[in-house]
Amino acid sequence: MSDSVSTSDNVAGEPLVEVRHIGKRYGNIIALHDVSTAVRAGEVTCVLGDNGAGKSTFIKILAGAHDYTEGELLVDGKPTHFASPRQALDAGIATVYQDLAVVPLMPVWRNFFLGSEATKGVGPVKRLDVKFMKETTKAELAAMGIDLRDVDQAIGTLSGGERQCVAIARAVYFGARVLILDEPTAALGVKQSGVVLRYIAKARERGLGVVFITHNPHHAHPVGDRFVLLRRGRSMGDFGKDEVSLAELTDMMAGGAELESLAHELSQTMGDDSQVASSLRASAGKPPR
Amino acid sequence: MTQVPATPGQAPDRMPEQSPQTDERLSSTGTVARLLKRPEMGAVLAAIVVLVFFSVTTDAFFTASGASTWIEQSSTIGIMAVAVALLMIGGEFDLSAGVMTGFSALTVGVLTTHWGWNAWLAIVVSLLLCAGIGALNGFLVLKTGLPSFIVTLATFFVLQGIDLALVKLVIGQVSIQGFNGLPGQRSASWLFTSYVSIGNLTLWSSFWWWLAVTVVATFILLRTSVGNWIFAVGGAVTSAGQVGVPVFRTKIALFMGTAICGWLVGMLNLFRYNTAQSSDGVGLEFIFIICAVVGGCVMTGGYGSAVGAAFGALIYGMVNQGIPYEGWDSNWLYAFLGVMLLAAVLLNNWMKNRAENAT
Repeated sequence: MSDSVSTSDNVAGEPLVEVRHIGKRYGNIIALHDVSTAVRAGEVTCVLGDNGAGKSTFIKILAGAHDYTEGELLVDGKPTHFASPRQALDAGIATVYQDLAVVPLMPVWRNFFLGSEATKGVGPVKRLDVKFMKETTKAELAAMGIDLRDVDQAIGTLSGGERQCVAIARAVYFGARVLILDEPTAALGVKQSGVVLRYIAKARERGLGVVFITHNPHHAHPVGDRFVLLRRGRSMGDFGKDEVSLAELTDMMAGGAELESLAHELSQTMGDDSQVASSLRASAGKPPR
Repeated sequence: MTQVPATPGQAPDRMPEQSPQTDERLSSTGTVARLLKRPEMGAVLAAIVVLVFFSVTTDAFFTASGASTWIEQSSTIGIMAVAVALLMIGGEFDLSAGVMTGFSALTVGVLTTHWGWNAWLAIVVSLLLCAGIGALNGFLVLKTGLPSFIVTLATFFVLQGIDLALVKLVIGQVSIQGFNGLPGQRSASWLFTSYVSIGNLTLWSSFWWWLAVTVVATFILLRTSVGNWIFAVGGAVTSAGQVGVPVFRTKIALFMGTAICGWLVGMLNLFRYNTAQSSDGVGLEFIFIICAVVGGCVMTGGYGSAVGAAFGALIYGMVNQGIPYEGWDSNWLYAFLGVMLLAAVLLNNWMKNRAENAT
């Protein structure tokens, strides 16, 4: 239970985690090639890409689930290879997967401390410190801006966004300096996504480095400080916030050329005046015909 | 122990460890509503109904000697029901739990009466054997990935075969005789057949063991890390593993705990009646499961209560004794159990869904 805001002793601007030309091969399949970016304290690095772009390979390397085969991974400036997720966790890199690793029927406070329970007493009277756990859960969630009515309610009763936030708060409390969020907004509606984005901003305010994996530039752009675009396992660039606009991001994400050809195809089958085709053309940045 | 109520009309909290902070949004959730959310509530209410019914309609039921009988009948079932409940909360079944009670007693019986072992030594050997079989159950379930229903069904039949064939092969008959008075038998007896009398009410060892097992199981379940892990491995085993819960150790311990309780019940029966038969315990495994389910355990795991299972066993004991007092055919017990089981499953699922979904 290390201090969650231990990042302040980090020199400002020094990356907590940096990857340089990193890549991964599975046999002769290149899953990831030549990706470079950095995660700094108090910054959100967004990793954008469509399905199969190499996002999950990228996460697995950072989370310690897979080792990399090319390039370099630097943690606090030191070249590092993680042998297991545990090692990544010990280095302060916590990953919140899409399934969140929560047990729906268990109360929020039990979920919060699951696997790392706080106890008091020794020997046969060693027991859960329920009061501490409940108060801590409530306080930690409050610090993330979640005001829970009752930490005793089953976590399954919370909304998807709130559950995501409990998972984030848990990772932060147990000493994460770098938080990797795997598509936290993918399964959520617009409103719930907004909730999660707010907590990502909150985590950044608390001085954490956040890696936010998403395929939605509309979610990434408002909270991101850096943007890495992946496509077919390759990096299409690593941009600062001032170097790229939402429109550009969307364009690169969707692949402007691909959108255009889709619009062309649709206008052939549905007619030039079809609304779908003309709006697609508009998104692709082409004037309506 | 208890706190001063925060608002008038709100009784003290159920648990001493309850958070002292009272949120104004909680004021409507009083103690009654809170208690009604507990998984064992159905069993407690049903037990009261059964108790009142037999007490009013028969003369013998609500007397000291009547109560002594149904409490004793509930006790050995109750010990097993509590163990099976923990296992079920952990997401597993043990169909060998019934026959285990016979196996442990027969082991001690054969070792002492046939080979002349000291009772204490035989008891310890029997304990180790049972614990080993429990561990094997767990190991097989976890290593093969087969449902525990199948694995323990196999153990059940293997043990039943041993109880019948091997015992007959060794001692030439299917029941233990001449156990009384053997070396160590008398000194070991106090552990398993002592009793406390309050007037005409006799509370046998088995009752105190039942009480102890229920209290310890409840403490483990609600107030230790292991309890947290039991709920987690039953509720969402993948998630539990991801956050570092020792899934393997937890489940093995649950299977061993059930087997060890089977050993305890075997000893209680052996020393109380000074005999054991090859068919002992066969068929009881379903009674244990029914009691656990009546006590609020959900078949799929992750939800339930040890106290509830103890009450489930109490209902079983009361009905088992109440039916003959009424002068009815004692086989109506089975019909009653079937109805109880179905009602309990429906109630449990409703409670579980409410806990999961209602805000």
